Amino acid sequence: MNYFFELLISGLTRGSIYALIALGYTMVYGIIELINFAHGEIYMIGAFTALIIASVLAMAGMSGLSVLILAAVVAVIYSAAYGFTVEKVAYKPLRQAPRLSPLISAIGMSIFLQNYVLLAQTSDFLPFPNLLPELPFMAPYAGFIGSTEFIIIATTAVIMVLLTLLIKFTRMGKAMRAAAQDRNMAMLVGVNVNRVISNTFIIGSALAAVGGVLIASHIGRINFYAGFIAGIKAFTAAVLGGIGSIPGAVLGSLVLGCTESFATGYVSSDYEDVFAFVLLIFILIIKPSGLLGHKAAQKV
Amino acid sequence: MSNLYNTKYMEGMKQSVVVSLWFMFLTFPIMVIRVNTIENIIEWRWMNMIYVGAGSFILSFIWRYLSGKDISKRTESIDARGERRSILQRLVSEKKLSLPTLAIVFGIAIIFPFVSSTYQTNIMTTALMYVVLGLGLNIVVGQAGLLNLGYVAFYAAGAYTYALLYHHFGVGFWVALPLGALAATILGVLLALPILRLQGDYLAIVTLGFGEITRLVLENWNEFSFGPSGISGIPRPGLFGMEMGMHDATVYLYFLMIMLCIITIFVVNRLQDSRIGRALLALREDEIACQAMGIDKTRVKLTAFALGSTWAGLVGVIFAAKTTFVNPASFTFLESAMILSIVVLGGTGSIIGIIIGALLLILLPEYLRAFSDYRMLLFGLIMVIMMIFRPQGIVTGVRRTYEFHTEEK
Repeated sequence: MNYFFELLISGLTRGSIYALIALGYTMVYGIIELINFAHGEIYMIGAFTALIIASVLAMAGMSGLSVLILAAVVAVIYSAAYGFTVEKVAYKPLRQAPRLSPLISAIGMSIFLQNYVLLAQTSDFLPFPNLLPELPFMAPYAGFIGSTEFIIIATTAVIMVLLTLLIKFTRMGKAMRAAAQDRNMAMLVGVNVNRVISNTFIIGSALAAVGGVLIASHIGRINFYAGFIAGIKAFTAAVLGGIGSIPGAVLGSLVLGCTESFATGYVSSDYEDVFAFVLLIFILIIKPSGLLGHKAAQKV
Repeated sequence: MSNLYNTKYMEGMKQSVVVSLWFMFLTFPIMVIRVNTIENIIEWRWMNMIYVGAGSFILSFIWRYLSGKDISKRTESIDARGERRSILQRLVSEKKLSLPTLAIVFGIAIIFPFVSSTYQTNIMTTALMYVVLGLGLNIVVGQAGLLNLGYVAFYAAGAYTYALLYHHFGVGFWVALPLGALAATILGVLLALPILRLQGDYLAIVTLGFGEITRLVLENWNEFSFGPSGISGIPRPGLFGMEMGMHDATVYLYFLMIMLCIITIFVVNRLQDSRIGRALLALREDEIACQAMGIDKTRVKLTAFALGSTWAGLVGVIFAAKTTFVNPASFTFLESAMILSIVVLGGTGSIIGIIIGALLLILLPEYLRAFSDYRMLLFGLIMVIMMIFRPQGIVTGVRRTYEFHTEEK
């Protein structure tokens, strides 16, 4: 039973990280129906920025919580800036283009950003310092949940709540929902759709950066390619939950995380990624619009 | 008047300064700071910041110039529909021009291996392989409108069919060629069956997942596919048992590819206007209307997948024969993305566009080797820029010209 809980916690931790990235995919998709392939790279850049800032601060003699907070804040700001810029450069000119064009542009952007980090930094794995503090009150439960895992799950939960509040109750959230429902109609009633799209990219990228910092601290290493696999997994999770739906992305991510964790724990670790995709295909065959997605009525 | 011009100029200037400052800010941590975590040294590369600033300043001018020009051109081409056809399209569609062009292209293709090195012939063969792959994927993506991101799985199926058949039973190239195509077709139908209900991007992600599953299975199922190390020692194709040296074999393979290309172009071209081709097109445009017209949606979709994967299987066998070695690393998602880029960059639905797209995308990185470190960076950048300034691809699809002919009559 202990082993089961261990796997469950590890699955939830994994799922939390996927959720942070998947939200960016699902929000962007909800509004402009684009698979933002560069999103994984934004997450990777967030983690890299955090690593760089943390190392600089550590060498300047700082330590402890202040390093974590500063590094995370800078990473979030930079990721948001990258997300904003990528949208402006690679997607905004393509609003009216055929549907495949922004997708190719996104793939190109993803290749570009990967190689940009590869050239400007390094192709090797860099060790990532564990910035997350040890929580003393977690000590009694150390048997099945570590401090790091607890922090990741708790942070994700808090962020989810904040995001839900933002989308439900603020003016910006309302505008986002309106744009997701019908972009042209939202424009007609005076929503500045371009700004809404920018905001979506900024929020999504900031969330991805949080995920990047957390996972890099947890795993302890990073390289320029880290964003790609994480991105694909997170997108899988978003589709699993029903793309465009925010609770769906969270649920899909947790399901995906737990599936992977249990499959590696009980079956075989070689096929970790295979399980994720097999699960996806099965769920889509049974429910083609994902777990929480609703099927849009087709207008004839 | 000059005052107005001046303010406009100043505006642009100000914009460019803002852009360059923004990019300097953006690239600061990644470009300027490099941390050596082992020796605990921080390297500050301030020169990079100056490069970024100056580069983005100049690029923003070019960007503004190009996007301004582009808008005027786009509106113009809408006004003058039909009359303004690109030189490329005229070369293909008008008989007087197309025959000599074809003859010249064919002539160059024949002479090419005899005037260039083995290395270059090899690259050309690769490019031709991508032409066929692009044309195959175009059946699925361009004609039927089913976004397939796992095309590489069928390519792998062909390659592994040959490799495994040779390894276990010593089957030769010519027997493996149809078998590889068959294996890929079966795989295509097997994949298509369960996912036909899915639409748009759900289909895209499932095919992507399928491609990844295929690669991961090949990587991990050691008893079956020999894992990451793959299968080596696959023979090149034979010609009536003749012994061939390295160079001759390359040239032979090149001509095989030319043949396959011609066959593919012929088939795809005939397919476009056939019953199936028109059904595919109708399916892409409107599924419901298509069903109302009595087209069996399931069957047409299956046909599209099967036809598309057949070509991938064929090329897969040739790939195995060309490299004499297969391993899962050749069949990553990047490969699928590359083939898809060929289709979209060349112009979805246009045969000539895809041929040009494949030649560009494969040969360009080769000739960019001078900037070897930067070539993937440039490659990504070119993809983005290309899409922004010409989202319909190099050559616009045949569809439009098809309509014009009926109008003219």
